[in-house]
Parts: sequence; structure tokens; C-alpha cells
Amino acid sequence: MLRHAPRLTAFLLVGPVLFGMAATLAPAFDFFPALGSHRLSLDPWRELFAQPALLRSALLSFASGILTALFSLAIVAIFVAGWSHTRAFRLLQHLVSPLLSVPHAAAAFGLAFLFAPAGWLMRLFSPWLTGFGQPPDWLIIHDTLGIAMMAGLVIKEIPFLFLVTLAALPQAKAGEHARIANSLGYGRIAGFVHGVWPLVYRQIRLAVFAVIAYASSVVDVAVILGPTTPAPLAVRLVGWMNDPDLSMRFMASAGAVLQFGVTVAALWLWIIGEKVLALYARTLRHGGHRFANDSLARSISAASVLAMVAIVFTGLFLLAVWSVAGYWSFPDALPRSFTLRVWERQAGSLARPLLITVTTALVSTIAALALTLACLERETRSGKSGGSRALFLIYLPLIVPQASFVFGLQLFFLSLGIDGSFPALVLVHFIFVLPYVFLSLSDPWRAFDTRYLWIASTLGASRSRAFWKIRLPMLLRPVLIAFAVGFAVSIGQYLPTVLIGAGRWPTITTEAVALASGGDRRVIGIYALIQMLLPLAGFALATIVPASIFLRRRDMRAGT
Amino acid sequence: MTNPGNLALENVVVRLGNRVLVSIDTRIAPGEVFTVMGPSGSGKSTLLAYIAGFLDPAFTGSGRVVYAGRDLTLLPPERRKAGLLFQDALLFPHMSVGQNLMFAIPAGGNAKARREVCEAALQEAGLGGFFDRDPATLSGGQKARAALMRILLSEPGILLLDEPFSRLDADLRTHVRSFVFAEARSRQLPVLLVTHDIEDARDANGPVLELG
Amino acid sequence: MKSASAILARLMLATGITLSTPALATSQMVVDPANWEQVEADARGQTVYFNAWGGAQNINDYIAWAGAVAKERYGFDVVHVKLDDTANAVAKVVAEKATGKDSNGSIDLVWINGENFASMKRQNLLLAPGWAEKLPNWQFVDFANKPTITTDFTVPVEGLESPWGMAKMVFFHDTARQREMPDSFAQLVEWTKLHPGRFTYPAPPDFIGSSFLKQALSETVADPQVLLRLVVDSEFDAVTAPLFKKLDEMHPNLWRSAKTFPKNKEALRQLLADNEIDIAFAFSPAEASNAIANQELPDTVRSFVFSGGTLGNTHFVAIPYNATAKAAALVFANFLMSPEAQLHKQDPSVWGDPTVLNIDAIPDDMRQAFDKLDLGVATLKPSQLGPTLNEPHASWMTRIEEEWTRRYGVAN
Repeated sequence: MLRHAPRLTAFLLVGPVLFGMAATLAPAFDFFPALGSHRLSLDPWRELFAQPALLRSALLSFASGILTALFSLAIVAIFVAGWSHTRAFRLLQHLVSPLLSVPHAAAAFGLAFLFAPAGWLMRLFSPWLTGFGQPPDWLIIHDTLGIAMMAGLVIKEIPFLFLVTLAALPQAKAGEHARIANSLGYGRIAGFVHGVWPLVYRQIRLAVFAVIAYASSVVDVAVILGPTTPAPLAVRLVGWMNDPDLSMRFMASAGAVLQFGVTVAALWLWIIGEKVLALYARTLRHGGHRFANDSLARSISAASVLAMVAIVFTGLFLLAVWSVAGYWSFPDALPRSFTLRVWERQAGSLARPLLITVTTALVSTIAALALTLACLERETRSGKSGGSRALFLIYLPLIVPQASFVFGLQLFFLSLGIDGSFPALVLVHFIFVLPYVFLSLSDPWRAFDTRYLWIASTLGASRSRAFWKIRLPMLLRPVLIAFAVGFAVSIGQYLPTVLIGAGRWPTITTEAVALASGGDRRVIGIYALIQMLLPLAGFALATIVPASIFLRRRDMRAGT
Repeated sequence: MTNPGNLALENVVVRLGNRVLVSIDTRIAPGEVFTVMGPSGSGKSTLLAYIAGFLDPAFTGSGRVVYAGRDLTLLPPERRKAGLLFQDALLFPHMSVGQNLMFAIPAGGNAKARREVCEAALQEAGLGGFFDRDPATLSGGQKARAALMRILLSEPGILLLDEPFSRLDADLRTHVRSFVFAEARSRQLPVLLVTHDIEDARDANGPVLELG
Repeated sequence: MKSASAILARLMLATGITLSTPALATSQMVVDPANWEQVEADARGQTVYFNAWGGAQNINDYIAWAGAVAKERYGFDVVHVKLDDTANAVAKVVAEKATGKDSNGSIDLVWINGENFASMKRQNLLLAPGWAEKLPNWQFVDFANKPTITTDFTVPVEGLESPWGMAKMVFFHDTARQREMPDSFAQLVEWTKLHPGRFTYPAPPDFIGSSFLKQALSETVADPQVLLRLVVDSEFDAVTAPLFKKLDEMHPNLWRSAKTFPKNKEALRQLLADNEIDIAFAFSPAEASNAIANQELPDTVRSFVFSGGTLGNTHFVAIPYNATAKAAALVFANFLMSPEAQLHKQDPSVWGDPTVLNIDAIPDDMRQAFDKLDLGVATLKPSQLGPTLNEPHASWMTRIEEEWTRRYGVAN
């Protein structure tokens, strides 16, 4: 069993992506026997390109992918470069980590509640400072260029890239290299960029690709914050996929293939950018510019990270306030009255989505964790890790746009008659949970001092006894953290849940996004709040459980 | 203390690529301490890894390791009965001192009897009453002694020592060293010690092999 | 490409699912509303997946209430599958039919009318023959005085859906802001010039957004009769020219200069609450009173209609041809139009949706209960609701939505 774990994992990751892509591709060329079409033609494409403003939608998606990645990466890189090994850095590190668990949709709602013309910021400063008795008619949220959408994405991608970078720093021997460069007179940032960054970047590159892919094909954030006239490609895609008109399915498939193309194009441009930058960096290096005065860049990066933390936490606070608000008119900074009425009314309809959300997350995460542990244990025993190819496979579901292959997967499941079934839902969640669980656990797992295992062996313990009694309990904390990460990822899934769940399996996230169209901030507040609290509860458990089990074991505490 | 026997290293060679790190052909009698001396990086630890069965794939080892008539290199590590002591005590941090020792006792017997064996071993090591202690609260010397007792409870046939005293300060080192050697002798275990400390070798009072 | 489709085709064949799979037995109508006792017996223990738009809390609560009553009284479960667009449910049935899933479908009951009904009826996706008029509670339905119950957006209903509630377009505003309100679409266009940025409407194909366009179309069309028949390409441009001329005139003065639109009436109401706009509207006369009761709008909000008339229609529930729990769906549909359920629905503190029943035909105690209902401060009395404008043929809206998207759905 253990021996086949890596192959099984690879199949479960790659299989659905390939089947999904195949099932997307065929109808895009008018071929889909189950829908009664046995011929090949370009009609779906002709129809697709006849859609108004298609190019603009595609460009929005493309730009969103590139710009989101660019801004997130730049902020993370400059911040890490300028501040690592400082106290401020350690402090922020603790603040940023929980942000990773905040679902995209909830963060987007928080942002909207804060920055909309009738949002809380404007309320705080009106009318005494702004003079506004009514909200200004400014297009901030749903702006046509997608700036609000990208801001929402950047806020969520910074914690992701930040944590991935943190994990890569020790392997890149960041401290040593930076010190050498500093001693040669380079500023903090320049020293980092020349000495450390190339090594770090090599390790986080796939994560950056995942950001590009995600941002270029996102649906939930785009619905909440994105442009509407026209919407980005993925949002329009979902509309076509759900259109009552059957022929739209073919066009939707073509659209899903186009989405794939847009993402690939964004990745391609990024790779070209990498090469150009590498050349430029070499020129700079040879030029010997030291950029010793980099305090402005350092300040901006720190301010951005701080602002991001503040925005998400204020957003969380606002969601909580709205959920208990009575009538709350503009420009009051607080509601006229507070009421638990909306919570009471929601209690009944919350139960089922809550149960489904938690069950799906638990089952898919346990499965992902079990397979991850099996793969890592297999790696230990065989002494072979899959290397960069395995890493690519793990990232595959994160790099192929969801809309492209999940739509095909839906058609595929539909033809198998298992669409809308719970196992299908769990499987599709599993596909997105596994990469994060694996990425989260593999570093601490590999960093384990194997001499403990040798000792266990020489004491006569079999490999499985050493695994269950020594390695697993000693790594309980990272295992539970990986579990919490997987749990959070599952909770945040929108598109796969909507498409594969076929409406039969409402989760907190699908309900929250469905309500986004409803506009009642108090109900949105409740759902988004729960959406945020569930993963946080997971992380809290991951901290408390090992702490209480190992209460009297000093060396098992955090940070050791 | 199963049948005491000789540990025979027959033409044991450990290589890194084509470079020979260690080459040894010897026989270690029960209760005897054989010392391999060498500076760090000389590959002396890889010899122990080869004998215990953990040689990193980067290295290649050859030769037979025979104990009590059996070729250990044909056995999986957990059946070689080779007790291994590192410079770090490596007590399992999630278990109490007593649980660490219990882990080592071969399966069988009732819980009460096992516990009694454990308590007795702790007593012998001057750690009486330490059963429920967190290993992290032990001093360096206490840890070293607990680690040794843990190995002895697993009823090893041979003892492999990988610079086990180098982390201890001078006073403690002498004390722990004599404790380890005395225990090994009283149980008639062949001991292979690798070290860079001439004191260790002198105290071992046995054959010495010096590596480049 | 070729190999990919080949794989897919083989997989589909392997699972035995092709279009040629005959649709048999179970999908045929084994439930007969004429034999009501049998239907109620069959319904026991079933689960009705009721696909209904889920964007409004009071409606969700009402459905939960009705489900709970059904569970207690008739012994079946009702699961509310919350849709953000009814078209999704239609798409689902379409897909199921296409893949040969002619029984055990995933939808048992769907909240529907207009375009979606027309589409499902046209594609034979509804439980047939007509069953609504055979339901026991049909005797109370006011089909005689409410023509929209038998003609849904110009499409004959023929018992393929059962009436659930009545709708009429009403506008509302906050009287505390003391602004003059327009009395027609033409006046509204002028009003936006005086108050730029203070009016908007949900983007079609949202139901309310489309309804607003229909209202505007009805008021700008030269000959209202053309709207009752299928749209003809050659006349489309001419008929709709006045409408788009007015919209072109109005859009620069809309909220956010028409660069974005609210998604639906809830978002529209939120904008009114936030004082971003001055006029909101809905298809339910009780909308404003409800919102006041829920502390979503201030109690100074009042409703109004155009004296020349506003759009009105009926909304229904329908059963897909491949529904799994047909018997329970029938019993639930019947319950939804019972005097008891209709009374609860018209209660403004619950939903406030006008009844489809003829109050004079229902039992006395029920009639008195209806009379006693306090419709709420902001709800117009039936006598104040003004004339009802006919819904245009559904085909007009399809074309207008396309044209709207082409013109305004893409910002510049």
C-alpha cells in the first residue's frame, strides 16, 4: 500500500486535471456524444468570439493574473529583503500567518465593506471631514479596470507568498548571503536581491505560478469586487456554463479553453519577464550599484504589509458589526441599534451548509493528510524524493485554471451519473486540498532529525512502530497545522463546490457568494464571519491540541 | 544479555565514490572497547551507520559484520541488536523519561513487570524517581545516563558509540564515560567507539584504530 | 484533440450513458393528482428538492416554514436548494435530459415563471400532462379575475405550473429626503437629469432589472399589441428604438454613470438604505414594509406606482419531467396554494406576497384572517396599486437583454 502511495497521489492529482481538460476540450470543438453531438466543428469558437467585449474580459483576466502576482511578489520580496531578522519582522510574521486561512470571499467582503463609497472608512470621515451627507458617486468597488478585484486578490496572495518565502529562506541560507553582501556595502534590499533572491525565487516559483493562475481565473473575488461591464472571463464562463440554453455548453467549453489559454499566456509573459529581469539584474550587479539608501522602499513595503493586515482585521470586525446591526444609515459610524435577530433567523438555515462545509473539509483533508503522510513515509523508506517533477505534479491543480478543468470534470461526472454526489464533491475538494497539505507538511517532515528514527530502530522498533510512536507524535504540531491549512482550503473552495456539488451541497462559501448578489450586508456579515472563523478554529485547535497533550514536555513547545 | 559473543568486522570498507573512508578488519571481544580515532569528516561515523544499517545512499559499504554467528548486514536495522549512542542523548521529547525506557523494552511481559524493570534501571543510573520527568528538565549527564539505560533495556548485542561524551563538560565526561564502560563490561558487550578525543581512547583501554 | 475526445467518448460508452438510452417506466407519470389519497400516501417519506431563488432571507424563512409544516403534516422532507438564478435549475434539467437521466432527476420542484417557464415548456422538460388544475386547492384560485395565472408572460400555462404568488411593480423612496417622485418612465428620465447619480436599476438578465426594462418598453412602445406576440426581427429595431433612445439619454445620469449596476433588488434596496440612490423598486407591494420591519430601511420609506400603470405577473412552481419525488412535489405545490400557506405568505412580517386566491371563495375563517392582515405602513392598498400592464411576450425580453448587453454591458 505504502509503496503505491506516490503513484496513487499522482493519479488523483493529475487524473482529474487531465480528464477535466479532455472533457472541456471535446465540446469546445462541438464534439460531445452525451449532448448529442458527434461531429467536429469550430462553431463553439465562432459563437464565443461573437460575444460582446470578449477580448476585454480576457484582457481583464490576463492583467489580473500578471498584476496580482507582480504586486504581491514585489511587496513580499521587498518586505522580506528589507526587514528579515528584525523584531518587526517576527511580529508581522505572527500577524500574517493567520491571514492565510481567511477565505478569499470573506476577505473580499471585508474590503468592500471598508472601501465602498458607503463603506466604513467614508462613514468614519463623513461628514465632518469630507462634507459628504450622502455617499459620493464614486466607482471604487466593481470598477471597470478591476483595481478593487486585484487589490482583494493581492491582500490574499501576500500571506501565501510570504509564508512560502519564509519556508524557502533557510534553504537559501538567506542570513549568510545577505550578511556577505551587506559587508560589501550593499543596502539591505540590494544585498538580498543579488545574494539571496535568485535562490529563494527558484523555490517559490511554482507558488508564484499558482498565484498567476488563480488570479487570472478567479470567480468568487471577481463576483464580489470585480468589474461587471464586462466581467472577467471566468465569471462570464460560469454564467454560460449555467445557461438554460444547451448550445451554450459548447460555447462555455470553448470559453473554458480560452481561459486556459489566457492563463498560459499570462504564465508565458511572466516567464519572459523573469528572463528579462535576470538579465537586468546581471547588468546591475556588474555595474556594482549598491543602493545603500533603500529606506523608502523598505518603508513602503512594511506599510503595505501592515495595511494589508489592518484591512483584513478591520474587515473581520466590520463583518461582525454588520451581522448584529439594526438600521445603519450613512454616514453613521455605528448602527443606530444592535440586534441578534438576523443571527436568530439565520440559525436554522445555517445548520445544513455548516454541516456540509465541515464534513467535506474533514473528509477531504483527512484523505489528503493520509496520502501525504504515506508519500512522505515512502520517501523516507526508499530514500528517494520525487524531486522537481513531483513538485510540479503537486502544483498542477493549482496552475491549471479551475474554471478550465472543473467544468470538464462536471461534464465528465455528469456522464458517469455521479455529479452532485457527495463523493464527487469530496474528490474535487481533495484535489485542491492535497497540494496545500503536502506543501505545508513536507518541509517540517523532511527537517525531522532522522537520528531519532535510527535510535528507535536500534531499540528494536519496526519502521511502522517508529512512525506511529516517534515521528508522528513528535511532528504532531506540523501535522495538525497542515490539517488546518487543508481544512481552510476546503472551506474556501467556491467554483468546484458550485460546479461539482450541483447545488445539492451548499457550503458556507457558496451561500456567502450567492448572498453577495443579495446585498444584505447583515446576512453577508454572518456568512463571511463564519467563513473566516471556521478556518481560524482549525488553526486554534492545531495550536491548542499539541500544547495541551505536551503540556509537560518542554521541548515539544512551539519554536523548538 | 543474550549469549555474549564476538563482534567481527570482516573486510569492512566504507567508500564515498571511489575514495576509501574507512577500512577495517578486526574482532571485538565481549566487554572490549574498540576505538576508532579520527578528526571530524574522516568518515568514522559512517562506519557505525554501516554496522547499524543506516548508511546514507551517498556512501557505499562492503564487508561482513558478524555477531554471534550472524551476518548483521543481511538483517534490517531493528533486528541487528546494535545499540547506538550519539553525542546528543536524543531522548524522545514527547515521552517522559520512563516512557523512553519502556519504549526500549522488548515486547512481552505484563505492564507492571516492565515498569519495575524500568524503575530498577533508573535506580541503577542514579535516576531513581525520574520515571515521570520531562526529559527536557534533565541535566546533560542525566540525559546521557538515561539514554544509555534506554539502550541497555533493549537488550543489545553490541554497543556503538558515536562521540557520546563530546557534548559533556570535562568532569561529567569522565564520570559518564566510566559509567558507560562499566555497564558495557558488566554486560559483556563488544563496544565500538568512534571519537576524536584521545582521552576517550585512553579510558577505553582497548585497541585503537586511527583514521587519516 | 482527437485522442482526448476519443477517450471521453469511450468513457461515456463504457458507462452506458448515451442519448439513445431509452427513457422508460419510472419517468412516466405514475402519480395521478385525481387520485389524491394515493398521491399523499406516495409522498410520505420522500424528499422534495425545491429549487428556488435564495437571495432574500424572508423568502428563505417562508420556504423553511412551509417545509416544516409539510414534514409534520404529510411526512416528507423539503430541501430548499438556493439558486442565485433560476436559469441554473433549468440548465440542470436540460443537462440531465441530454445525458439520458429521464428519471431520478435532481430537481423535484422549481420556483419559476416567464422566460424560464417558456423555455422548459418548449423543451418538454415539465411534468405533463397539466396537473395544477387538478390539485384540491385549485378551487380557491382566482384565475377568473387574475389572467396572469393562466397566461404566464403570454405563454399559456395549461396546468404545467401551479400559481404561488402575485407580483406587481412598485417603487419606493425615503420621504425624509423630500424629493419629488416621477410618475412615469418619461418623467423618471427627466428626474435623473435633475438628480444625477441617484437612480439605477439591476442589470438584466436579473428579474427586476429586466422587469424595469419591460416597464420602460411598455411605456415607450407605439403599439402595445406588438409586444404580445413573438418578436419579429424586421420590426425589433423600430419597436425598441424609443426605448433605447430614452435609455441612452438616461444612462449618463445613473448611479456610477452606468459603469456598473446593482445585481438585483436586494442590492438596489441596500443602495437606498445607504443613501446612494433615492428610488428603489421591487415586484412585491410589501417589499418596503418588509424592509422597514427588518430594519433594512428607515420607517420614513413609502411606496408609489405610476398612475399610467405598472407591470404585473404571477409566479409559479413547476415539476420537472424527471423529478424523483413527484408525489411529494404535488402535495407541496398544493399546500403552497392552500389558504393557510397563502395567508402566511401575505403577512408582511413574513413575506407580504399577494395571494393568488379568490378571497371570496375560501372558507370564512380564512377570509376573516386575510381581512385582518395589517399590510404595513409602506404598503399600498390593492385599490392604490393602479392599473396592471401586461407582460410582453418572453421573446422580446431575450432580444432586449441581448441588445442591452451589447450596448451597455460593456463599459467604455
